[in-house]
Amino acid sequence: MSDHSDHDPAEELPDAPPTKPEIQDSSDDESSGSFAAKRGELKSSPPPTDSKKDIKAIFDSDDDFGSDVDLDADMAAITVDAPDVKPDIKPSSSSSNSDPEEMLAFYKRLFPWRTLFQWLNHSPVPTHDFGHREFAFTLQNDVYLRYQSFATFEMLRKDVIRLNPSRFEIGPVYSANPRDRKTLRKAAFKPISKELVFDIDLTDYDDVRTCCDKANICKKCWQFITVAIKIMDVALREDLGFKHIMWIYSGRRGAHAWVCDKRARTMDDQKRRAVAAYLEVVRGNDKSGKRVNLRRPLHPHLSRSLDVLIENFGQEVLRDQDPWRKEEDAERLLELLQDKTLAAELRKQWTSDPGRSSKQKWDDINSTASKTNSNTLNALKLKSAKEDIIFEYLYPRLDAEVSKHLNHLLKSPFVVHPGTGRVCVPIDHENPENFDPLTVPTVRQLLKEIDEWEAAHKEDAPMSEEEKVPDVDKTSLKPYADYFRRFVQGVMKEEMKEVKVKRERGADAMEF
Amino acid sequence: MYRQDQQKKPRLADARKRHFGGAAAFKPIEYPFRLNFYTTPPTAEVTLEEFEQWAIDRLRVLAEIESCLYRNKTPDELKATLNPLLKKYLHIESNSAHSTQLFEQRQKDHYSHFILRLAFARSEELRKRFSKAETILFKHRFDSDDGLERSEFITSLGLDWELVSPDERNQLAKPLLAAAGGKKLDEAYFKVDWERVTDLVQSRQVLLKGGKAYVPSSQYSSLVVAEFTSRLDKALELTARALPRLDEDDRLIPILNHLSHGFAAPEYNPSSDTTILSGAPITAGAIDGLSQHFPACMLHLHRTLRSTKHLKHFGRLQYTLFLKGVGLSVEEALNFWRGAFSNMPADKFNKEYAYNVRHAYGMEGGRKNYRAKSCQQILLEHPPGTGEAHGCPYRHFSIDNLTVLLQKQMGVTDQAVLRGVKQDTEATKYHMACNRVFEYAHAAELKREKEKGQTFTTLTHPNEYMVRSWELKNPEAVGVAAVGGGAGTRRAGDKPVEVDMMGGGEMM
Repeated sequence: MSDHSDHDPAEELPDAPPTKPEIQDSSDDESSGSFAAKRGELKSSPPPTDSKKDIKAIFDSDDDFGSDVDLDADMAAITVDAPDVKPDIKPSSSSSNSDPEEMLAFYKRLFPWRTLFQWLNHSPVPTHDFGHREFAFTLQNDVYLRYQSFATFEMLRKDVIRLNPSRFEIGPVYSANPRDRKTLRKAAFKPISKELVFDIDLTDYDDVRTCCDKANICKKCWQFITVAIKIMDVALREDLGFKHIMWIYSGRRGAHAWVCDKRARTMDDQKRRAVAAYLEVVRGNDKSGKRVNLRRPLHPHLSRSLDVLIENFGQEVLRDQDPWRKEEDAERLLELLQDKTLAAELRKQWTSDPGRSSKQKWDDINSTASKTNSNTLNALKLKSAKEDIIFEYLYPRLDAEVSKHLNHLLKSPFVVHPGTGRVCVPIDHENPENFDPLTVPTVRQLLKEIDEWEAAHKEDAPMSEEEKVPDVDKTSLKPYADYFRRFVQGVMKEEMKEVKVKRERGADAMEF
Repeated sequence: MYRQDQQKKPRLADARKRHFGGAAAFKPIEYPFRLNFYTTPPTAEVTLEEFEQWAIDRLRVLAEIESCLYRNKTPDELKATLNPLLKKYLHIESNSAHSTQLFEQRQKDHYSHFILRLAFARSEELRKRFSKAETILFKHRFDSDDGLERSEFITSLGLDWELVSPDERNQLAKPLLAAAGGKKLDEAYFKVDWERVTDLVQSRQVLLKGGKAYVPSSQYSSLVVAEFTSRLDKALELTARALPRLDEDDRLIPILNHLSHGFAAPEYNPSSDTTILSGAPITAGAIDGLSQHFPACMLHLHRTLRSTKHLKHFGRLQYTLFLKGVGLSVEEALNFWRGAFSNMPADKFNKEYAYNVRHAYGMEGGRKNYRAKSCQQILLEHPPGTGEAHGCPYRHFSIDNLTVLLQKQMGVTDQAVLRGVKQDTEATKYHMACNRVFEYAHAAELKREKEKGQTFTTLTHPNEYMVRSWELKNPEAVGVAAVGGGAGTRRAGDKPVEVDMMGGGEMM
């Protein structure tokens, strides 16, 4: 595979099962109805570059043939190493909330390309941090293109507009340009840095949330994410010493964290694993019995987290989720108390008085315990068991695999979730409770806002190029874009400081 | 240890001189401590016989360490296994022993380490395994070292650790105590970047504050060991880069090659032959029938697949590779999965899942021929989360759920066996529990084989379990010679050098 010494697309053709010269035709061998329909839609979108190929474009697209042809090869890493990238979005829903034409307008008019570039590049001048960074596109027909890379944000923007992907992901910076990987020895093409990332998804809470399940969310269950952000953010900052942490709404039912400090970006897999394990408390699944077993005294990170959890447990879990109201659900609570005498006593009480709420049942534990005369029961043990329950129900549940690997790809901020049409916007880490996922703007809404703004300002005198209001400022995306810009400035400032110190040291050395 | 400028020097007749440094005159090396960070390469001459014998002796120890890891032995068991072995092959005493053999012992330890470095630097995988085994050996010796000598040794290393001031120590008394889980504050704490003690961070055993880990003096070992590993890894990289330039006469290279082959991992190697069971190909339809021979992990996956008509990613991976190891061809595997995901339209399956199956068979992407996962991989990689069915039930199930699985699905009714399983899992001996269930389920057959004089080793691989089970239940289909060895034998290609490297591994 990797021993092709020269990069000749023609030679690679036999390698890939279906050989297709054009991306648009890649669904040929799958002649199902839905695909025909999708291709119909595609035709309505602007034609591919064929018509306007200049020399540059020919070279560009040449490269793309290579990527397209070995697309399957590239999927390998993703499908095996990156389990989270399973396409879980039904084609029907993807067409309903994010129409390819709207996507194209979004990329052209609203996406914060320059800020994204500065964020990944850590400097205003293009460097390898950006140029050797892997991007992966999911096209409208679900074809997945890995190992894309771009020297500047203009080139990235141009290619995104040409291919109009339904979303794209960001991977690591490699030791060489990802597009050259076939011409390099394996050892010469290695991932060397990437932000430390976290993924929290509400589906991992399905056994404790009662309000919604699967892909659905509401304000109530979003509280799990809010609590998770609070706990993780403070641990990343105070314990691990990171400063530049950005939280991003994942577009549907979760949140991502990007830790952008240099120290975090250069961590190897072992360090990433250590951080993930440090933060992970809830392990296993419904077959593992009690999922939280913490030693006492609690580690400072855990006792600090417990304070936050207790603050929210009454409202978020007991009242909003009410997880133990039904008799069979209350069995779980009794099992977790780890005391058979007490459990029997409580069971008796709740059977005779059905319909008690979770809040009441939670309070019953203490009152019954004080009355029950059991030699196995002691106050300390019960307190620990109750704390473990609080952890099990409310402590952040990480998709740890995402955090453990340097080469894991994660959806870029500000792309649109194909299922909901909502933009993946930043969440303010200082006030996560103010964030409401259900009011996050959708592409369609944003484009409407531009139209409305323009209709309202039709009468205004035509402005010069400098005075022209950027499209983003006409929409409700503005505060999010501003937040992102401020965050990126912070990252860049720190990075430039380092560069400056190095340069000064270098200059000193030169004098001798 | 290798310098480029050596190449420019006239070639010396004595190869060893070129290996172990270029300059002509060396001070004889002294060994003030029992422990050694192996920073200086050896310089004195040894005979070829010593060269080989010392290396083989050390290799016995390292091979046993690997075998213990592979079998998931607890630290105490590891200690019990290592002590007699070390005494026999690589004994080193502390200064307080006042032995006359101190120099010889330490020299042998020193030289054998460097010889094996040469043998194991050649590939990334060998380097990794060597470094891991050496690290464990170092840790074992460090922990058993004489207190005084140990602290002198640490001082001699000259490490740059920042001592926490008494004021700060008292100020942070409460969190420090909570982090360590102890009752009394340690005498001294060191402040280091947390990246240097990832094992303590991982297990939440140290206080973290502003990116620094506060390591109590009782956890020195972690720091020293981490330092040992990182230095060894760096040195191995350098050795690897210098190897091609080591233009050797034909005395050492054969020995070195020999040595690295002897370090074969003691793992079960599923056959890639598609007709391993009865000579007839296995079809998708046969899986349900064969599932009676499955170990608990695979049976759980199979039953989950049948009841939910779906498995999540790691479950699919674990199960596909297992079936592949059993002998299911890729076409049959595709049939099997397509049929199993019966709630799913065929085009969705083809689009989203078929690729994965083909990939596992090495027919897509990197075209890597993935091997079926061993017990060790299943136990250690990717613990199952919400909605996932992979992993090892003996490890990842609560005892109540495990008991239900064993009773209802595997037909284990004997209370004594269930009690044994409970004890095994509590002692984290998951493979023992699995072997116990195997022995119970095949009691009659095993007795029969035993009467014929066949002996059996512990199972360490789900495919080994399945093949062995099938062979025992279908003795008529198996050639007499195949029994015992089984269709999938332990890796036979790497013939161990003079010593039987797996000798220790086979007993249990």
